Amino acid sequence: MLDDFFIRALIAGLGVAIVTGPLGCFVIWRRLSYFGDTLSHSALLGVTLAYSMEFNIALSVFIISALIALTLIHLQKRTNLPGDALLGLLAHSSLAVGLVVIGFLSFIRFDIMGLLFGDILAVTVKDILIIWVGGALILLVLRLIWKPLFASTVNYELAEAEGLNPDRAKVIFTILMAGIIAISIKMVGLLLITGMLIIPAAMARNISSSPQKMVMYSIFGGLLSVILGLFSSLEFNTASGPSIIAASLFLFILSLLNIKQSIKLKN
Amino acid sequence: MSSNKNILVKLKDAGFQINDKWLVKGVSLQVEKSKIVTLIGPNGSGKSTTAKIALGIYKKIEGSVEKNTDKIGYVPQKISIDWTLPLRVYDFMVLTENLNEETIDEALSLTGVNHLKNKNLGDLSGGEFQRVLLARAISKKPELLVLDEPVQGVDFTGEIALYELIKKISDELNCGILLISHDLHTVMSATDYVVCLNGHVCCSGSPMDVAKNNEYKALFGEQASQILSRYEHRHDHIHTSEGEIKKN
Repeated sequence: MLDDFFIRALIAGLGVAIVTGPLGCFVIWRRLSYFGDTLSHSALLGVTLAYSMEFNIALSVFIISALIALTLIHLQKRTNLPGDALLGLLAHSSLAVGLVVIGFLSFIRFDIMGLLFGDILAVTVKDILIIWVGGALILLVLRLIWKPLFASTVNYELAEAEGLNPDRAKVIFTILMAGIIAISIKMVGLLLITGMLIIPAAMARNISSSPQKMVMYSIFGGLLSVILGLFSSLEFNTASGPSIIAASLFLFILSLLNIKQSIKLKN
Repeated sequence: MSSNKNILVKLKDAGFQINDKWLVKGVSLQVEKSKIVTLIGPNGSGKSTTAKIALGIYKKIEGSVEKNTDKIGYVPQKISIDWTLPLRVYDFMVLTENLNEETIDEALSLTGVNHLKNKNLGDLSGGEFQRVLLARAISKKPELLVLDEPVQGVDFTGEIALYELIKKISDELNCGILLISHDLHTVMSATDYVVCLNGHVCCSGSPMDVAKNNEYKALFGEQASQILSRYEHRHDHIHTSEGEIKKN
């Protein structure tokens, strides 16, 4: 018999997977995996601030991640440091500040493991609501900026020359990234969110021939990972985040078989 | 000078610098409806930069750009498509504008690559890809076409046919074209106005005027000057797609 908490986790997880599917494709296409890491590291600061000010966690994480992301875009334009150095700088300094703030909050008991790796026991009905409403909003906005975002992913100058305003699309996309991290942090945990974004999308890349197909397969892969991961998490009493990511890794390995086959066909 | 509303894009004393080095400076030119303006000049003379200023890709510029149209088709000089993107020719055609199947087929047929529609973009040869780029730029029926060496890598007969096509498009769509090319022979037969660049505007005018210009001669040599002037009588023959020249 399935427990209530498990059903809640399942509904929440499936909601997350539908949103990470298409966003993950863009993360791969635009080479943003380290950007995702930076945002999720900074999420710790968001969580601690939420605790210390008794503020909603998702909202607090969203605000901090979005601020860090916009700071990054600003710094990229204003400094001579390479992108990866800036990412590392922001990731680790926000992580450090987050940990320092935790030190000050000795009066609150933190479930650090839950924060890092996700905790299905902690998913409440309110969390489900945040995931599904927030997720729907993210997908809607992504749909609206799809054309300029995708065109500038293929070629920035074409998009700019033909009047699609790729810079605006980039800023909006960055905020959407902060949004997905905010809504999925409880499910997957802040260390593994990037995995949830890129592994199903990477799996999808191996088996798809067009961008639309890759988005569809990425969503299906994510949904399947959540189902497989959560059931094994229940069965083996493992943390939800790592179980989901491990399941998606399993799917990725399966998808490699397809690559081998298509290479064979070519020869 | 025609009236103002025919001007699609107008550069006035435009310049662009990166790291205190001017890529191009003091460029004034305008592209009008159904006119072909060609930029020529040696490597590194600022041709592509000028095109990017006109397109608004470079924003922090000196001088001014006045653009009177949003319907623009662009064929960049260099474009690298990432293998991380599963992208077919079809997906590339609808990249910046939603087009129906018919329009896509028509454009791809015009440049002779409709059979490649469902192929992966990464599997095309250089010349095939160049034809797809041109098809994509014309498919949206733009008012302004900016073509940065649009026939690079295309075979000889194809090159002539594509230039013919560009001329035809300019007439049919009534669109203005800003063209960059190294091939003085082929280009000049269809150009209305030539701007010769070398970090700045060396000289400009009709192909004939430019050919006579001493600065142009100094830049390209006496032989190039003869090439240009040969095309002064340009309406007495046509190039067939087989590469022959027919008298009218």
